[in-house]
Amino acid sequence: MTTLADAWSWLTTSAHWSGENGVWHRLGEHVFLTVVCLALSCLIALPTALVLGHLGKGGALAVNLANAGRAVPTFAVLVLLLLSPIGAYGDWPTIIALVLFAVPPLLTNAYVGMRGVDADVVRAARGMGMTGGQTLARVELPLALPLILTGVRIAAVQLVATATVAALAGGGGLGRIITAGFNLASTPQVVAGACLVAALALLVEGVFEGVQRLAPTGARGSGA
Amino acid sequence: MIAPPDDCLARNEWICGAYLSTRSEILGDAVVQHLQLTAVSVALALLLALPLAVAARRWRLAAGPVLGVTTLLYTIPALAMFSLLLPVYGLSAALVVAGLVLYSLTLLVRNLLAGLRAVPEETRQAARGLGYGPVRLLLAVELPLALPAAMAGLRIATVSAVSLVTIGAIVGHGGLGNLIYSGMNTYFKAQVLTASVLCVLIAVAADLLLLGIQRVLTPWTRGQAT
Repeated sequence: MTTLADAWSWLTTSAHWSGENGVWHRLGEHVFLTVVCLALSCLIALPTALVLGHLGKGGALAVNLANAGRAVPTFAVLVLLLLSPIGAYGDWPTIIALVLFAVPPLLTNAYVGMRGVDADVVRAARGMGMTGGQTLARVELPLALPLILTGVRIAAVQLVATATVAALAGGGGLGRIITAGFNLASTPQVVAGACLVAALALLVEGVFEGVQRLAPTGARGSGA
Repeated sequence: MIAPPDDCLARNEWICGAYLSTRSEILGDAVVQHLQLTAVSVALALLLALPLAVAARRWRLAAGPVLGVTTLLYTIPALAMFSLLLPVYGLSAALVVAGLVLYSLTLLVRNLLAGLRAVPEETRQAARGLGYGPVRLLLAVELPLALPAAMAGLRIATVSAVSLVTIGAIVGHGGLGNLIYSGMNTYFKAQVLTASVLCVLIAVAADLLLLGIQRVLTPWTRGQAT
């Protein structure tokens, strides 16, 4: 209990919130990394998954990628990138590692969503004279949207978690507060940092859940 | 002064046979620690998950909170989880195990529950008609039928645990993660790469082992797509 009280007093000390190592700066880094990497991974994964799903090819790739992503430790990839020549380029090892771990859930969920669209609906769209592109954009995409959003949510939460691990390898983000706490042998700071990270992860999850509740009705209103 | 040896260790190469032969003991210890942490965590998680899933299946009211709490725990990043447990367990292996149990719990409860819920009502009624009591129904009918889903969850949980153990390096109990962490600080490329590869190998081996166990335990699913 005393540790919790100490962690609370760490959090309520305004000096811990300002400056280079302050909470605001670290939170900014964390959110920046998460948003940039989420955008990058969506740009890479979603078009690939949509095209593959539309064509009905590459299913094994989409599934195996997700399994491989789980088996490879984030931390190991981060350190490997850090020690490779890429390590000299500031934030790039972190960004690459983050993107690598966000792509599999995006790709797999989007692919599964696309394949899950009722084949009769797709056939009906073709029968109405829609081209492949039109079917993809107006029929398959809206119907697959709930699963695609699930993928984006998983990726976002994963990114928040991975950005924390980046601190172990010297990257920025809220994880730095935790690692600094370990280096100072300051349990209150470690716990305070952990609370901040956990709160951010839960917040991201909550926001996406809210968005997702609204999305299916909006997406399906004109479709199914 | 002796001239420094000109081998792959001195040149700090990624792939280094001399590293394997000179550090085999350290590597062996790290692998054993890695396996122990993973096995203990997943086993404990399984012991906890089973009653939770059965309870959530029996009482509808329990399902919401059980799933809600475990999902909440799963969302918390591993590093934060280990840090949050620090005041309780201190810098110990128990800290890493506790963190991993909480993670595996989510995956196991979800899959067990899905498996139990997928047991057809007709099957349950048939068993009841044959005079099965609730305990025997659970042990002899429901659990075996839920096994494929449960094993799928167990495989995911185990593979995730193998990978998450590395984060335990922050408290000095990370199995191969310790080697990756110290290798990072000393720019020891061979150590980082070797430990990383071993980590992935352990994950793949554990997955295949569980898949094999599943095949043996559920002969009736053979021939169907997995």
